[in-house]
Amino acid sequence: MASETSQATLHSSVSDVAAGGAAHASHGPTGLLRWLVTTNHKEIGSLYLIFSLVMLFIGGSMALVIRAELFQPGMQYVQPEFFNQMTTMHGLIMVFGAIMPAFVGLANWMIPMQIGAPDMALPRLNNFSFWLLPVAFGILLSTLFMEGGGPNFGWTFYAPLSTTFAPPSTSFFIMSIHLAGISSILGAINIIATILNLRTPGMRLMDMSLFVWTWLITAFLLIAVMPVLAGVVTMMLMDINFGTSFFDAAGGGDPVLFQHLFWFFGHPEVYIMILPAFGIVSLIVPTFARKRLFGYASMVYATASIALLSFVVWAHHMFTVGLPLTAELFFMYSTMLIAVPTGVKVFNWIATLFRGSITFEVPMLFALGFIVMFTIGGLSGVMLAIVPADFQYHDTYFVVAHFHYVLVPGALFAIMAAVYFWLPKWTGHYASETLGKWHFWLSVIGVNLTFFPMHFSGLAGMPRRIPDYALQFADFNMISSIGGFLFGFSQLIFVWVVIKAVRGGRKAPAKAWEGAEGLEWTVPSPAPLHTFDTPPAYDPQTDSPSRH
Amino acid sequence: MTSQYYVPPTSKWPIIAVVVLGSTAVGAGALMSYGSGLPFLLAGLVGIAFVMYGWFRDVVNESMGGLYDSQMDRSFRQGMGWFIFSEVMFFAAFFGALFYIRVFALPWLDGQGAKGITALLWPDFSASWPLMQTPDPSIGGPQAIINPWTLPLINTLLLVSSSVTLTIAHHALKAGERVKLRNWLIATLVLGLVFLVIQGIEYVEAWTQLGLTLQAGIYGSTFFLLTGFHGLHVTIGAIVLAVLLVRVLKGHFSADNHFAFEAGAWYWHFVDVVWIGLFLFVYVF
Repeated sequence: MASETSQATLHSSVSDVAAGGAAHASHGPTGLLRWLVTTNHKEIGSLYLIFSLVMLFIGGSMALVIRAELFQPGMQYVQPEFFNQMTTMHGLIMVFGAIMPAFVGLANWMIPMQIGAPDMALPRLNNFSFWLLPVAFGILLSTLFMEGGGPNFGWTFYAPLSTTFAPPSTSFFIMSIHLAGISSILGAINIIATILNLRTPGMRLMDMSLFVWTWLITAFLLIAVMPVLAGVVTMMLMDINFGTSFFDAAGGGDPVLFQHLFWFFGHPEVYIMILPAFGIVSLIVPTFARKRLFGYASMVYATASIALLSFVVWAHHMFTVGLPLTAELFFMYSTMLIAVPTGVKVFNWIATLFRGSITFEVPMLFALGFIVMFTIGGLSGVMLAIVPADFQYHDTYFVVAHFHYVLVPGALFAIMAAVYFWLPKWTGHYASETLGKWHFWLSVIGVNLTFFPMHFSGLAGMPRRIPDYALQFADFNMISSIGGFLFGFSQLIFVWVVIKAVRGGRKAPAKAWEGAEGLEWTVPSPAPLHTFDTPPAYDPQTDSPSRH
Repeated sequence: MTSQYYVPPTSKWPIIAVVVLGSTAVGAGALMSYGSGLPFLLAGLVGIAFVMYGWFRDVVNESMGGLYDSQMDRSFRQGMGWFIFSEVMFFAAFFGALFYIRVFALPWLDGQGAKGITALLWPDFSASWPLMQTPDPSIGGPQAIINPWTLPLINTLLLVSSSVTLTIAHHALKAGERVKLRNWLIATLVLGLVFLVIQGIEYVEAWTQLGLTLQAGIYGSTFFLLTGFHGLHVTIGAIVLAVLLVRVLKGHFSADNHFAFEAGAWYWHFVDVVWIGLFLFVYVF
């Protein structure tokens, strides 16, 4: 509770600054209560962002426990049972607690400002969606202290590990997933209603910023798959507590059914964590290349194609489980097809850079880092799509390297880029360029030291989620662990940068970046608590990112 | 487009909703994991009813106070539409499980098809649907299943008729015929409640006489989860209809402004459509 209070204190200074810059006085209750009852999209956006930052450090600490244990072969610091809980909780917290809420926080802050709306469409629902998360993750974290320990079956919680052989706290885990799922679904409904209904007059769908577009499609994915996750954890709950046989072949069920249902949710889920990142990069690259985005329409169609394809590729996570040959072929080809729209995006970003007048401010550095390193993760994904190759890679550190490249220098770098990009709008102050560059370069070095060697240890056969390993993997693991600690502690610079910008720093004008476009840059920095009480004027001929 | 989109001031309901939902989750989790926690669960459930009453009352009052314009109306419509889509996907997960088990998993356990080697697990097992004999005989299947042409057929007729009666009520509302609206809405509610009573009778018969329980292998699992979640949704829909009826009696809703009524009607039709799927694929085929 103490840390929550200090969060709130830190945060109230953010919005005091914001409110001070505006004619609006803050309204309603003050202190902690204000944050509990707020319906303002900017305040709720800040709550989401702070929550996800806290989760990033909690999940990151768990990653460092893992890396410390794997620094050398043999058992050093933790019991295998606890190691399993750390790998599981690290994954769950980073996916559901850090990355997803961070993007929702950015959506809350920026979508109303980018479409000229006064707030989110359903502001009370917005508050509800946020505050469910601390409760959900409070429950999840509390399982670590329960009899039998917390979830220890991996973040994918495959049955029967998560049913027949699960710790008794698993029902709590299921409840926390339900709460987080309700939060996601309601948040996504709110985002769709906002985008479809609250655009300023004159702004057509094909005039929206790419960040708004990618979030529209992401929100659709969330509404389509989070209920499936709710369904599958409910089946688990019934199998554990009420004697049903969904995932028990002895009763006519099938543990593989769990994997199908989970990955029908899980694969769209990984695009939920990357599509908004695509949107962010598609705003930052044109800004600092001082050119309009190359291929606006193709970016929109590529995003939609990726989203639709994400529904028909799930079994590529299950190639070694024993699928019929037809299924392996179908899922291999459909997976490879995703490389096409993704490639369209990467080429469009590069074409935007081509002959641009480029400067390398911190947001741009993170965006460029994203393009390079996300592409590395994308290419290892194509390797994993090849069925016979996947038989070798499956459940090795190669997979760990792959998805960390798309999630850390991918999704997380895009979030960092967005924070550096919009911090002047949020606080009225630029982030420190010097500290930001230190943060960027140490992160790049740390992330590559951590995850690049995992390709090699994986190809050499090191299995994931095991607390000990054979001697021949020792060098790679030592490098990974050093990189992991470097990356983890570098993020403290980020915290310092944000606190500094909240407190002061170089003042930002309304249009904080020379090449920036969009309605959010027409309001003062810091943005007043309420923007666009009346819809702003908008002329697609001059304002649309898709204009000719 | 309007320049006065209604942004509510601060509200205490969402955070209270979080507290009661959290209490429900903690209570349910503790009860299932460690056998205690019933007070939290019950307090949470009572609290949910309280929150829904209070939160929706605020919304109704704002609506009656003329704070909402057509743009707000569209936000609500889109919100409800996407919420129903999420419900569709929730049921899709359970239907998907049912079809996967019937089409793939059971034949494979019986040695048929691409993954027939799994027949080695229980060589004596033979696949059939409904699955009366589970692979491991110690689990055991149901002795009999519900005959679709008795109570389930009646229930199908009840729910389909209730969709018709609700549509008649809706047309009456749009025509401003309040008495007709009230009567057909009452008829809809009664049909829904009779459905629930019959479903209850059917459950008692299944559990006590047919050996069809949650523990009766995969048939019992899919039967009770699919029909159970549907029944839960009928219950929720009936509560919604009851609230609508109270509001109709109080003189709420006008011929051209009655989103809450339409949202309740959408939900009811959705529940009806799910039932058609259940009748066909759980009971008949």
